[in-house]
Amino acid sequence: MNIAESHIDKNNNKTHIASCNACKQCAPLGACIAFKGIEGMLPMLHGSQGCATYIRRYLISHFREPMDIASSNFSEETTIFGGNRNFNDGIDNIISQYHPAVIAIASTCLSETIGEDVQRLIYEYKGMHENESDLPEMIFASTPSYQGTHLEGFHEAVFAAIKALSENAGSVGNHINLFCNMISPEDIRHLKEIVEDFAVQSMIFPDYSDTLDSTSWDNYHRISEGGTPVSSLRRSGSAYASVELGYILNSGGMNGRIKENAIKQSAGEYLKAKFAVPLVRTGLPIGLLETDKFFDHVSRISGQPTPQKYKQQRGRLIDLYIDGHKYVSGKRVVIYGEEDLVVALAAFAAEIGIKPMLCASGGESGKLQETLKIVLGDLYPGDMIVGQGFSFDQMEESMRDLNPDLMIGNSKGYYIARKMDIPLIRTGFPIHDRIGAQHTRTLGYEGTTILFEQIVNALLEDKQRKSPIGYKYM
Amino acid sequence: MSEYLQDREKQIVTKGKDAHDVEGGKPSLSGSVSQRACVFCGSRVVLYPIADAVHLVHGPIGCASYTWDIRGALSSGPELHRSSFSTDLREKHVVFGGETQLYQSLVELIDKYQPKAAFVYSTCIVGVIGDDVQSVCKRVAEEKSIPVIPVMSEGFQGSKKDGYKIACDALAALIGTDESLDVSSMSINILGDFNLAGELWILEEYYKKMDIQILAPITGDGRVKNIQNAHRAALNVVQCSGSMMHLAKYMKETYGIPFIKVSYFGIEDMSDALYEVAKFFKNEVVMDKARELVKDQLKNLLPALEPYKTALTGKKAAIYVGGAFKAISLVKALRLIGVKPVIVGTQTGNTDDYRLLKTICDDGCILVDDSNPIELSEFVKQTGADLFIGGVKERPIAYKLGIGFCDHNHERKMALAGYEGMLNFAKEVYETVSSPVWQFVHRTSSEKN
Repeated sequence: MNIAESHIDKNNNKTHIASCNACKQCAPLGACIAFKGIEGMLPMLHGSQGCATYIRRYLISHFREPMDIASSNFSEETTIFGGNRNFNDGIDNIISQYHPAVIAIASTCLSETIGEDVQRLIYEYKGMHENESDLPEMIFASTPSYQGTHLEGFHEAVFAAIKALSENAGSVGNHINLFCNMISPEDIRHLKEIVEDFAVQSMIFPDYSDTLDSTSWDNYHRISEGGTPVSSLRRSGSAYASVELGYILNSGGMNGRIKENAIKQSAGEYLKAKFAVPLVRTGLPIGLLETDKFFDHVSRISGQPTPQKYKQQRGRLIDLYIDGHKYVSGKRVVIYGEEDLVVALAAFAAEIGIKPMLCASGGESGKLQETLKIVLGDLYPGDMIVGQGFSFDQMEESMRDLNPDLMIGNSKGYYIARKMDIPLIRTGFPIHDRIGAQHTRTLGYEGTTILFEQIVNALLEDKQRKSPIGYKYM
Repeated sequence: MSEYLQDREKQIVTKGKDAHDVEGGKPSLSGSVSQRACVFCGSRVVLYPIADAVHLVHGPIGCASYTWDIRGALSSGPELHRSSFSTDLREKHVVFGGETQLYQSLVELIDKYQPKAAFVYSTCIVGVIGDDVQSVCKRVAEEKSIPVIPVMSEGFQGSKKDGYKIACDALAALIGTDESLDVSSMSINILGDFNLAGELWILEEYYKKMDIQILAPITGDGRVKNIQNAHRAALNVVQCSGSMMHLAKYMKETYGIPFIKVSYFGIEDMSDALYEVAKFFKNEVVMDKARELVKDQLKNLLPALEPYKTALTGKKAAIYVGGAFKAISLVKALRLIGVKPVIVGTQTGNTDDYRLLKTICDDGCILVDDSNPIELSEFVKQTGADLFIGGVKERPIAYKLGIGFCDHNHERKMALAGYEGMLNFAKEVYETVSSPVWQFVHRTSSEKN
């Protein structure tokens, strides 16, 4: 058994009590990303000023877009006497400055610890302004930073928006819900293109493909254009199916949580339970096999065959796999990041003959290993280390004896790749040391094509660079 | 100005138009998208560059994650400051207390990394759940025989500026606890330089040429032992007065060390920084060396700046930075290369700082305290600025509006201090303003052609 539990690396029996170089961020950050997928929305963090500022800075360095996140700006008095005045003033000030259609509120560790009841604050605020017809919608996600990671925050926000806005239209519509997980704006655009090509009407959520990847402007836009419209979110209850990308999502237990029964629902599960919307769950479509699954699902749901365009893309991808297979065969890779992304990348690596040696995530669903076993099937390497709740420090320790050839993950692993002098393929979140993170395409046959080429070329570059000869043909 | 937040009028002044002073130091309004950060942030950035200490953030993971390797503060030796340590508190700690987690984390990290000291930063919830951080620190300090210093920086306790003060208190706890270093009669401490992109090393070169010893750089390229010996220096030279004045005053009261306030940005301020130190030591030889150094530097620098000045004359700049001292230096430095400041704002300036800024700026210049993206973008349009000088959070404002940007915050990778820094600065301003990409951006400001 090679699964390493949080803070205990069973390979060398060292304990990790303190976290060193965490491979995760806190829940409110993920909530802010998901909220950015709602049209006309401005987020507010209920807590100290620093949370909003740090998260803004962190997200700007990745998306390179304006990132207006308001804060209720707790003071010492607020912390002692409660945040209702800050909350009300905050909402007033947001409305007067931004005129949003939606104000999305996420809690922080501080407001949760002092026991702020934000749902009640919203209720009271609405009560005080009941004569105002144009009040924005208000959505609340409970995201204490001491629970889960940014991914749990992301999924909690997706769930919160659906729970707050979805309605029962009385009849089943002709549209589907596509819950796309935390992917790049470019990948959201690609998913939209795919479902459109199947002639399926869909609500993709959260759709931050424009809000977090906008054009150059003439005037500052207080709220970026784009996002999933509130009207579409309302209709999510009458969709004829929901497709959810990601096997794990927020389904896991969280380490350090007291009530294990407080396990959360996903948006798709909620709609299934509440409005009987059938739910299909599949992985992030990375690699041929996982992309096939996604296309099969969409094909079945829509009753349409996969369009020729994608059959061609698929064919070209197989052709490319063959062209490149010898460069990657038997290579050893370390994969890290959010759990569902790790599963998808590991499946992809395994199907092209790259051996995942370590699959690590800051997430602690407790489901990473079993999911990898199911998805990779026969290609699951018996000696692979699955590091759940891992920090980069733990990864680095585990990697010493693994002799890896490359790493795939976000930019924070760069320092390890640099020390070990191996290539790092940057994907996922965050990417803070390159431009274009918003344009990384990883999903579908096309995304896999790009990713495969990046990997092969990085290995070739590495070989070329380390060779004394300077080959002109590789 | 109807679209600005109410109650903010007193924090915005247009020179030549408004008679009142900019009111600094007010807390940010709820619901604002302030560019300011929290108490923890203030403490963390000040202490961050101390390279042989463990910096343990006691709280949930976010605060540590967002400050991992955040500053380009270089070290000539150990690099422990570039790792991000956290107690990674969970729900169970919130309910049952995090003291055990803190104690075990400290012991583990000290055993593993053998640091010269440890700083423990309290974050918001630590203040609420009532962990006795001080006694845990005391216990570990006794057990491990190194200083373990609590930094009581709960985020909600105030603003970033309050965090500076708390960091100064933490430094004060270290100062005076060692006497082992050799100290010359002409020794100084450098307060408030963080060795971003190696800037401290530039200053070190200058002072070395003047036979001045830098006893303790606080905190750029900082070492625990030097800080412990800092009370033995003859003079404190304080930059970034916002963050370090508290410590300078403390050291004057406690150890009788006088201080001078300087800035290393721009020719004028840099030269003054050298002359003031020479003047303090009342040593003609040192003063001559300073004069010679300045002459020597300017001989190369002034002609090198000339082409930039020619190209940039008439351009307009917006400045929005953390502290007022930096803003003042930037105003002067921009003038040297022909650029006119049209917006000057800070996160943490006080009313006196703004009074001084008002005297050195031109009529029409907008002075603003604790601004936000909406205001700043409005000001940029109103004034027709060609360039924005700020940090990462201001960058999208500049780029989305299609104007140049110069990073003058702690993430920059280019030295901007000293004479070399002035040339780098001119070059960076020129490179962004003169880029041909702006031709593709539609600009609607009436002041544009």
